[in-house]
Amino acid sequence: MAQRNVNHAGQVSPAELHSEDHGHPDMEEMRKFGFWIYLMTDIIIFGTLFATYIVLKGNTNGGPGPADLFQIGGIIVSTFILLISSYTSGLAVLAMHKGNRQALMRWLGVTALLGAAFIAMEVNEFIHLVGEGATLSTSAFLSAFYTLVGTHGLHVLVGLVWMIAIIIQLGKHGITPVTKRKVHIISLFWHFLDVVWIFVFTIVYLMGVS
Amino acid sequence: MWEKVKSFASEFFVTGDPMIYGADVSIVLVTLAIIVGLSYFKKWGWLWREWLTTVDHKKIGIMYIIASFIMLFRGGVDALLMRAQLAMPNMEFLAADHYNQVFTTHGVIMILFMAMPFMFGLFNVIVPLQIGARDVAYPFLNALSFWLFFSGAMLFNLSFVIGGSPDAGWLAYPPYSGLMHNPGVGQDFYIWGIQISGIGSLMTGINFIVTILKMRAPGMKLMKMPMFPWSVLSSCIAIIFSFPILTATLALLFLDRYAGAHFFTLDGGGNPMMYINLIWMWGHPEVYIIVLPAFGIFSEIVSTFAKKKLFGYKSMVFAMIIISVLSFLVWAHHFFTMGSGADVNAFFALTTMLIAIPTGVKVFNWLFTMFRGKITFETPMLWTIGFIPCFVTGGMTGVLLSVAPADFQFHNSYFLVAHFHHVIIGGVVFGYFAGLYYWWPKLFGFKLNERIGKWAFWLWNIGFYLCFMPQYVLGLMGMTRRVYTYGWDKGWWEMNLVSTIGAGFMGIAFLFQIWQIIYSVKHLKKDETGDPWNGRTLEWSIPSPAPLYNFATLPQVSDQDEWWEEKQRRANGQQVPAKPVLEPIHMPKNSGIPIVMSMCWFLAGFGFVFHWQWLTIPGLIGVVACMLVHSFNYNNDYYIPVDEITRTESELRKVTS
Ligand code: HEM
Ligand SMILES: [Cu+2]
Repeated sequence: MAQRNVNHAGQVSPAELHSEDHGHPDMEEMRKFGFWIYLMTDIIIFGTLFATYIVLKGNTNGGPGPADLFQIGGIIVSTFILLISSYTSGLAVLAMHKGNRQALMRWLGVTALLGAAFIAMEVNEFIHLVGEGATLSTSAFLSAFYTLVGTHGLHVLVGLVWMIAIIIQLGKHGITPVTKRKVHIISLFWHFLDVVWIFVFTIVYLMGVS
Repeated sequence: MWEKVKSFASEFFVTGDPMIYGADVSIVLVTLAIIVGLSYFKKWGWLWREWLTTVDHKKIGIMYIIASFIMLFRGGVDALLMRAQLAMPNMEFLAADHYNQVFTTHGVIMILFMAMPFMFGLFNVIVPLQIGARDVAYPFLNALSFWLFFSGAMLFNLSFVIGGSPDAGWLAYPPYSGLMHNPGVGQDFYIWGIQISGIGSLMTGINFIVTILKMRAPGMKLMKMPMFPWSVLSSCIAIIFSFPILTATLALLFLDRYAGAHFFTLDGGGNPMMYINLIWMWGHPEVYIIVLPAFGIFSEIVSTFAKKKLFGYKSMVFAMIIISVLSFLVWAHHFFTMGSGADVNAFFALTTMLIAIPTGVKVFNWLFTMFRGKITFETPMLWTIGFIPCFVTGGMTGVLLSVAPADFQFHNSYFLVAHFHHVIIGGVVFGYFAGLYYWWPKLFGFKLNERIGKWAFWLWNIGFYLCFMPQYVLGLMGMTRRVYTYGWDKGWWEMNLVSTIGAGFMGIAFLFQIWQIIYSVKHLKKDETGDPWNGRTLEWSIPSPAPLYNFATLPQVSDQDEWWEEKQRRANGQQVPAKPVLEPIHMPKNSGIPIVMSMCWFLAGFGFVFHWQWLTIPGLIGVVACMLVHSFNYNNDYYIPVDEITRTESELRKVTS
């Protein structure tokens, strides 16, 4: 980087000092590494929920089953929305590597909008299902369904709030090693949620209606 | 209006038991005393700046250890209450439902709020020093972990006086822990107390993995790392794979109770066996999580007090990794009797027996390390020597339990109670005590009194065998666990009485330890060397207590027992390489966010327990707000200037060098 980043107190940002400071662990790299480990633990949470879903899938308690409930059309649309948002978050990272802050913020904004659309569709689906009398307490199958899909949705929601916070920080501080790391991590998280969704889509919806 | 308040209070507070009124009074008195004391001595600011907002791993570690001692006291009182009730047939000291609450809280507190924080305390105070680091990888997260643990523990303990304690056993098996059979708030306290502290444990697991993998001093290859960090690494690997299962499982149980879901209920298609599988997929690794660090501690102590290099370093490392992996493949040995069929039982019996092999390897390595060593028997070494026969025999009864057909006889009897206390007390508790005695001088700059320590050691050991050996026999005589009383006709009373006497010995032993600490503080003899045991690893190369930044200059490591080798080199008159020049040291700033955020979690959890949305929602909003405030704060570190380091060092090393 040609220019040193100076933070609002007028000091050279510590992270900047650090990357020149040999023998020290690189703080930003270390945070990314920790995030990878966090993602592994999240995979295990989802793994537990998937296992529960698979075990309880058949226990519909005389109520509606997957094939009676799911409307695959809407799900395919929201799947595409999420896939595209993963792509736009990738574009954001590319813009960051080019040092283009405007494009970076714009693409993150687009990603967040797509994420919001995904959540809106999911909430809509849940409302529709509840309207048909299929609630969390109808059967073990539905308990597992709402919990698995809802946990993914909750993750997307958290990612969304986080992404907005990062966009604001980019506006304030520009592209620095710290904000760079943050963008890397949020886009990693976003791709991760995309991958989890592929499994939700396949195991819950596709295998449910077929 | 008054009637309303009265009826609310009679449900909100636990009433009708003189012991609980006594607890109410003492809680209020202690709280008042603390508040008055802090105000009188004008210590609030000090407390806030130096402790409540600290991100220093050494202080966080000390807070963990203090909390775990308080919890050991509470869990120990529970144990004595139970043993008093069982001392004689037909006792009417604890009623049946009260007994259920006491064994449940005893089990949860001992494992999750005593053993875990004790372990995290030792991780914190020692790992960075041993690997030559200035802090853990994420100091802020580390403070957050501690406060989450603390909030969870407080929430859980509150159930004793508010709302009522959980009573479904330490693992809360459904359907009994479900709403249908357990409509009170006790199980919700259980869920949120463990959930909140569990998130902290998970983060600590991540934190120490990164610390150990990324922050070792230059030259310290993994295979040159001391054994304690290795044990921490293997324990943390088990944490990051098992605690997410716990988080998910408790969340599902909570949804059953709170939102009417049907995961583990008897109706609606729920499956209680699913819970029992899941909870043990966490529960079994959990017991290895707490015992692996104890193995690491013993390894350090054995080689220090035998003044020899640890025997079989590589096999020790592999044994721990293998144990940590195998611990995930044995969970069903906790329910051989639940009808999984012969094939499944055979598989889990075999994997369980396999764990005995790496464990045996470790035991032989310790013995070979001692062989022909010049052993001295200070208290840390005493605990180690006490541990070996205790753990070996306790492990052998475990192998007996793993024989699936035989387990149909042993299952849920006092044989099992004796077995797990045998390995947990003999392994974990003895191990952490050994570690505390060993590293105490590093933490506080003085040794604990040896004479009182030896009394405590012998009382603990005699008490232990008196208490638990009779329980094996009781188990074989047909006494099942979790019974609150028995009749004269059973022929169990002699053994039970002996067992209770043994428990009393352990209670007295604990008092000796407290006295030992008080006595040693009063007759304080400062250790000026920083290396009172003639240690082998890096933590002994710096003054005690260690300065804020631990190492003024990062050590350059070339050997497994670097400090020992360094001392040899110096004694042989080999030239000591010139000290590198000092540079400003990069440090994290203190932060109030961890404690505030954890308090918000506490409020949210309390709201969940009582279905008070007006409290839950602000609590959760507070949590999110804290995260955002932290994310927006770019001013969270500073540099210690060189002249300040020079000044601190020359003060600390005045006598040392
Ligand atoms: C210090 C001496 C101790 C004594 C005298 C003691 C005594 C007891 C007793 C009487 C029970 C109830 C047995 C029953 O009725 O089924 C029990 C259960 C239990 N104890 Fe201890 N205990 C001690 C230490 C510990 C420690 C250090 C731990 C763990 C770190 C521990 C963990 C447990 C667990 C998990 C249970 C099972 C609770 C349940 O049934 O759900 N105990 N103990
Ligand atoms: Cu087990």
